[in-house]
Amino acid sequence: MVPLNYYLILSALLFAIGTAGVFLRRNLITMLLSVEIMLNAVNLTFVAVGRYLGTVDGQIIVFFVMTVAAAEAAVGLALVIALFRHRETLNPDAFTALRW
Amino acid sequence: MLLLIPLLPLIGFLVNALVGRRLSKPVSGGLAVASMLGSFAVSAATAWSVISHHAAVEQTIFTWISSGDLTVPLTFRADNLAVLMILIVTGIGSLIHIYSTGYMHEESDAEYARYFSYLNLFASFMLILVLGASFPVMFVGWEGVGLCSYLLIGFWFRKKSAADAGKKAFVVNRIGDFGFILGMLLIFAVFGTLDFQDVAAAVSSMGRETTMGVITVATLLLFVGATGKSAQIPLYVWLPDAMEGPTPVSALIHAATMVTAGVYMIGRNAELFSHAPITLAVVAAIGTATALMAGTIGLVQNDIKRVLAYSTVSQLGYMFLAMGVGAYAAGIFHLYTHAFFKALLFLGSGAVIHALAGEQDLRNMGGLKKHLPITYWTFVIGAVAIAGVPPFAGFFSKDEILWKTYTAEWPEFHFLLYVIGLITAVLTATYMFRLVFLAFHGERRHEAPPEHPEEEEPAAHGARRTSHVSTSQVAHGASHLHDAPPSMAFALIVLAIGSVLAGFIGVPHALGGSNRIETFLHESFVAPGAAHDAAPGVTPQAPAAAEHQPAGHADTSTELMLMALSTGIAVAGIGIAWYFWRRNRPATDRIARQFAGIHRLLLNKYYVDEIYDAAIVQPIRIISTGALWKGIDAGGLDAAVNGVGLGVRGSSSILRRIQTGSIRAYAASLFLGAALILGYYLYR
Repeated sequence: MVPLNYYLILSALLFAIGTAGVFLRRNLITMLLSVEIMLNAVNLTFVAVGRYLGTVDGQIIVFFVMTVAAAEAAVGLALVIALFRHRETLNPDAFTALRW
Repeated sequence: MLLLIPLLPLIGFLVNALVGRRLSKPVSGGLAVASMLGSFAVSAATAWSVISHHAAVEQTIFTWISSGDLTVPLTFRADNLAVLMILIVTGIGSLIHIYSTGYMHEESDAEYARYFSYLNLFASFMLILVLGASFPVMFVGWEGVGLCSYLLIGFWFRKKSAADAGKKAFVVNRIGDFGFILGMLLIFAVFGTLDFQDVAAAVSSMGRETTMGVITVATLLLFVGATGKSAQIPLYVWLPDAMEGPTPVSALIHAATMVTAGVYMIGRNAELFSHAPITLAVVAAIGTATALMAGTIGLVQNDIKRVLAYSTVSQLGYMFLAMGVGAYAAGIFHLYTHAFFKALLFLGSGAVIHALAGEQDLRNMGGLKKHLPITYWTFVIGAVAIAGVPPFAGFFSKDEILWKTYTAEWPEFHFLLYVIGLITAVLTATYMFRLVFLAFHGERRHEAPPEHPEEEEPAAHGARRTSHVSTSQVAHGASHLHDAPPSMAFALIVLAIGSVLAGFIGVPHALGGSNRIETFLHESFVAPGAAHDAAPGVTPQAPAAAEHQPAGHADTSTELMLMALSTGIAVAGIGIAWYFWRRNRPATDRIARQFAGIHRLLLNKYYVDEIYDAAIVQPIRIISTGALWKGIDAGGLDAAVNGVGLGVRGSSSILRRIQTGSIRAYAASLFLGAALILGYYLYR
C-alpha cells in the first residue's frame, strides 16, 4: 500500500502547479483549467486522508467539490465567452473597468 | 346647538377658501354674511335660553385628548359672560362683514373670496375662544385668531410693510402665547384639571395668596399671554402696525374682538385672578401705564388709523385696569361698549379712507363734513361715546371703571391709578376730537379739483379708488368724494345707534339704574358653588372690591361727584381739542415747537420700536449671524460634516491605489492572505 505521504506530496505538487498557472498564465481559459487542477489536488488529499482514516467522509466531500466544480466551470466558461465577446481578448489584464 | 355657532362661519370659510375664486362677489360675500348672521341667530337663541333658564348651556362634542391624568373633552360652554361675548362677536362681526362687502368691492373676485374666507375663519376661531370650556379649547381659538390676524394684516402681502406687519403681529403674539402655555401647564400641574369651572371651584377653597406663590406665578404667566393678545405693555407694538390691513379688519380684529381676548380670558378666570392680589396689582398697573402711554402717543400721530390704533391700546388699558382692581364686570362692560364705538370709529375712518382713495394722513384731510354727512355724524357719535360724555355708551363703562378704581383695595396705589385714569380720559377726548376736527372740519388740505355737487349723491359712488395699497401718498385726481355706499352706511348707522344705547344696560345705582350688566355677569366671575349664594337682585360687587370696600367710601354722593368730575374732564378734553385744532392752530404749532423734544418723542412712539430693535432684534440678529450661523452652524456643524467628507476623500485617494483592476493582483493578494492566515495557525 502506498503511504499517505506520497499522496500528500503529489497533491501539494498539483496544487502548486495550479496556483502557478493561475498567476502566470495570461489566458482566462488556461487560468480556469489551473483552478480545476487546484481543486483536484485538494480532492486527492481528501480521498487519501479518508482512506488513511478508514472513513468515507473524505469521499463525500469530494463529490460535493466535483459538483460545485462542474457548476463553477459552466458559469466560468460562460463568463469567459461573454468577456471575449465584449473585448475580443482573453487576456485578464484587459479587463480593468473596475479600476479607479 | 352651541357647536353651530363656530361651525357656521367655519363652513363659510371652507366654501370660500375652496371654491371662492370661482364665485362671483355677491355670492362669496353673501355667503360670508349669511354664515355670520346665522351664527348670530344661533347665538341670540342661546342667549335667550341661558338668560331665561338662569343656567349655562354646555355641549361636549367628543373627547379630544385622553392621556393619563389629562382628559380634555372638546366642550363648549355658554354662561352669561360667554353669551355676552358671542353676541358681541357675531353681532359686530356681522355688521363688519356687511360693511366689508362694500369696502372690499374693488378687489378681484379671488381676492374678495380670500378676504371673506379669512374673516369667517377669524370669527370661527374667536367663537371657539369664547365658548371653550377649558384652557386647551380656548387656546385653539387663541392661536387661531392670532393666525387669522397674521393673514388679514398681511392681506395685501405684495406690499412689504403689510407683510412685515403681519409677521410682527405673529411673532409678538407668539411670545405672549408662550406665557399662556406655561400658565396653562402650571395650572394643570397644580389643580389637575384644565376646565375653567373646575379650576375656579378648586381655587375658591384656597385662601388669597399674598406672596409670590404658585397661583400668582400661573396668573402672571396667563397675563403675559393676555398682554400679547390684547396689546399691552410690553407686547403692544404689533397693534399699531396692524393697521396695514384692510380697515374693516382693523375694526373687527384690532378693535372689537380679538384684542379683547386677553380681557375676556382674565374675566373667564376671575376666581383665579382674585386669589392672586399681586397679579391683580400688576395687571392694573400695566393697564394704566398702557392707557396713559398709548393715549399720549395717539395725541400726535398723523395717520388716522394709527390714532385709532393707539386709542384701542389705551382703551384696552382701561379694561385691564378694571380687571386689575377686581371690577371684572366693569371691564367686560367697557369691552362691550368699546366694541360698538371703536368698530364704529374704525369703520368711519374706513369710509373716509375709501372716499379719499386710500388717503390716511390727517394732514391731507379736512373739510370732509359736508361731503360725507353720514360718516361725519356717525363718527362724531363714536367720538363722543369714547370720550365719555353722558349718556353715550363710553361714559357708563369708563366711569364704572374709574369709580371701581377709586374705591379699590389699596387707597394710595389705586388712587394713583385713578388719577392716571382721569388724565387718560382727558387725552382720550382730546385725541379723538383732534381727529374729528382735523378730518372733518376746516379747509380741505387735500389738493383736489373743485368737487361737483352731484358727486355727493349715492349714485355717484361708482368712483374708482386707485388702490388702498398706495396709502401714504395722496392719490391725485381721485377726488370723487362720495359718502359711504349703502352697505357701509348701514353698518355705521347700526353701530352709531349701538354706541348711543349700549351703555344703558349698565346704568349705575347712583344714577337710579340697576346696573343690570354687573348682576348679569357676576355669576360668571365666581366659582360655580358660590354663584348660588349671590341671589339675583342682591347688589353685587366685584368679588375683590366687595370684601375690602370701606363702607363709607362708596356712598352715592361721592360717586355722583366723581361722575361729574369725569364728565367735566371729557368735555374739557373736547374743549382742548377744539381750541388747539379748530380755533387756534398756530398755538398748536407753537407748543409743538416749544416742546419739540417731547413732541418728537411722542411722534416716534417713545422710540419703543427702536428700543426693541436695538435691545432685542439686533442682538438676536448679531448673535444669530455671528455666533449661531457663522460660528456654530458654518464653523462647527458644517465644518464637521464637510470634514468627514474631506477626510474620506483624502484617505480614499490613498487607498484606491490598491484597486489596480488587475485580476491577477487580486488573486495574488487573496492567495497571500490565505497563506498568511494558514501559516499563522500552522506555526504559532
